[in-house]
Amino acid sequence: MKSPIPSRRANPGARRVRAVGWIHLTGLALLTSVVLGLFALTPASAAPAPAPAAPAAPAPASPTFCFATAETACVGGTLRLSASETVGGVDITITAPDGTEETVTTADTGAFNLPVEEEGDYGVVIDEETLPDGVAPTESELTVPVVLGENAIANFQFEREATGADGFSWDQFAQQAASGIRLGLLLAMASIGLSLIYGTTGLSNLAHAELVTMGGMVAFFFSGAAGLGLPLTLGILLTTLVCAAYGWAQDRVLWQPLRRRGLGIIQMMIVTIGLSLAMQYTFQYFVGAGQVRITTSSPETVDIGPVTLTQFSFVAMGISIVVVAGVGYMLLRTRIGRATRAVADNPSLAAASGIDVDKVIRLVWTLAAGLAGLSGVLYALVTNGVKWDTGLQILLLLFAAVTLGGLGTAFGAVVGSMVIGLVVELTNIWLPGDFKYATALLILILILLVRPQGLLGRAERVG
Amino acid sequence: MGDILYTMLQDAISPLTAAYVIAAIGLNIHFGFTGLLNMGQAGFMLMGAYGFAISTVEGAPLWLAVLIALGAVTVFALLLGVPTLKLRGDYLAIVTISAAEIVRFVGRNSLLTEVTGGSGGIPGNDYRSSFTDLSPFGDGRTQIGPFDYLNSNWWLHLVAWAVVFACLGLVALLVRSPWGRLLRGVREDEDAMRSLGKNVYAVKMQALVLGGLFGAVGGIIYVLPSSVQPDGMGRQLTFFIWTALLLGGAAAIFGPLLGSILFFAARALVQTGADTFVPSSIMSSAQTEQFAWIVVGIALMLLVIFRPQGVIGNKRELRFNA
Repeated sequence: MKSPIPSRRANPGARRVRAVGWIHLTGLALLTSVVLGLFALTPASAAPAPAPAAPAAPAPASPTFCFATAETACVGGTLRLSASETVGGVDITITAPDGTEETVTTADTGAFNLPVEEEGDYGVVIDEETLPDGVAPTESELTVPVVLGENAIANFQFEREATGADGFSWDQFAQQAASGIRLGLLLAMASIGLSLIYGTTGLSNLAHAELVTMGGMVAFFFSGAAGLGLPLTLGILLTTLVCAAYGWAQDRVLWQPLRRRGLGIIQMMIVTIGLSLAMQYTFQYFVGAGQVRITTSSPETVDIGPVTLTQFSFVAMGISIVVVAGVGYMLLRTRIGRATRAVADNPSLAAASGIDVDKVIRLVWTLAAGLAGLSGVLYALVTNGVKWDTGLQILLLLFAAVTLGGLGTAFGAVVGSMVIGLVVELTNIWLPGDFKYATALLILILILLVRPQGLLGRAERVG
Repeated sequence: MGDILYTMLQDAISPLTAAYVIAAIGLNIHFGFTGLLNMGQAGFMLMGAYGFAISTVEGAPLWLAVLIALGAVTVFALLLGVPTLKLRGDYLAIVTISAAEIVRFVGRNSLLTEVTGGSGGIPGNDYRSSFTDLSPFGDGRTQIGPFDYLNSNWWLHLVAWAVVFACLGLVALLVRSPWGRLLRGVREDEDAMRSLGKNVYAVKMQALVLGGLFGAVGGIIYVLPSSVQPDGMGRQLTFFIWTALLLGGAAAIFGPLLGSILFFAARALVQTGADTFVPSSIMSSAQTEQFAWIVVGIALMLLVIFRPQGVIGNKRELRFNA
């Protein structure tokens, strides 16, 4: 059980409390404006328009554009195989309540629309003959209720028919394992920081994954086609620096004053929640709700045996290994690294032996944010890009990894990340889609039942 | 100005606010009275909503559907409580925040489209009728004050707020009972309770399940006017409930009620205010909504730092630490 850093003055006078309060207010305002200002630099025309929250407005380019007025309604929808893949040229038959049929064809954007003037339940049938091979709708017929003045959306879901034999082959296993190692290495960079913050301050930072998202977003601003368009290497470097500076500033204006104030750990956790919320919507405010990609060119791939990964994936893995090894070296061999481990072990004892605990914690926040930002850029580059809620999915993996390795241990976080990365990607062989995240939760629960201190954690009473 | 006031009032009395209040009452049992850090209240709500909607679609009558929803949430709470409640407080936070996301991921998975409707969710018309059929008001519209709604909508308003006050009454009785004192004892000092021979683990588990059940009821009310949308009930929803609870005052019986109403009214004020007074060249209407949420996030931080007891809470009740 780690105790929070003791406040320097156990019994501050009322005036001092008020003064700290004002520091907070200005500090927070400063922090927010730094984040806001950073994004505000993006040229207004360059930022992609925020994607509409509801699919109510069809793409204007669609030839069957339709507007619902007081006397009419629209039956429509968009055929999507995935978030980015739409199907055009598919015939769809819409049957009105009185039995009249009308056939429309989807545009290249996958959109179809039909203006109607009568309320009631409409049948929408997809002509499977016109679909691409190997794709089948989970339901080929939908019924949509139509109310005048509103758009009725027919949402078809598709599944790809299995092309392989029974789903498992060693080639696929190797491919997934390689992706798993890639994911594990990227997670490791972010989770070291999370674990160090926990180790030195006792705080479970629920806004840590937002730092990962922020890395992707800042890199999009520096190197993206719609941003400044700097070379990628420079962009990655600058992003890491910006994120590290943000971590420094966060500790300077937020966490250090709160520690001095003696705010409880639980209250601090709730503060991280507020921060995570504010950051998510700040991303959405400036970048919109859609996915942004830092590079738009299709990446070149490299084959090694049965494994096919993009060239950049190998670069990313290389960077991660070097960085993780560097952090490990720093923790084990350098003075400041030893001081960090001393603070993580026992903050009061470390302070008593002359270590500047606040300085160490400041360094940990800076390092943690920089690493998370770097991990975010690489994650955005090797996957499809980054979205305002990318962090939501990563947070679960990060916590599973850190708990598995042992909360507060830096090397445990690395081991945990590798295991979680591998398991999550290998699950994909047997279970599709987002079920893989459920495996991470399962591991988390099992670990807590069997060995709550984690793989590398010290056995101690934790409750 | 009139528009802003109208929107604020409308938001304050909407069934959605009532759903927040009920979920926040559950969270108040977790956090306010027992000191449990449940970061996945939206998961409990979604679980309840799915349990209710799916069993209604399968043909269950209203009472059975509600029972099934409560049963599902009980199992969910036990599953999360068993591995975590013997450990330090933040483990529960980590597991609940993860589990709530998993419920959402599984619910929106295309493999389960037949049951859960996948990412599209379950449209309200599929399960609403068993509730609206009970309405004694008949068809048509009624105007009360400035609000002109369909009668079925008024029925929903009435039931939602009746449930809110029933829940408030129940909690008031519970926390004043010996069991309620046990909860606060666990919050203040687990070891002291153990030395008195109390089973702390069992008490925490009871609190987790009970608060989760309130979450389930909130979830059902939440989806009745609209539809079961897994993506609308993610981590943000949990955070909004936390903000509402802390705004009103944790460990105060009427905290959730006051907090939720203030939360929605203030959010509507910020958003419509920004819509009205900030030209759209500076802030588009989508951006004003996001701006309102940013303000919520920052407000949550400031609230915890400067006024952890909320509007009507008692600061001495919130000195605990995990």
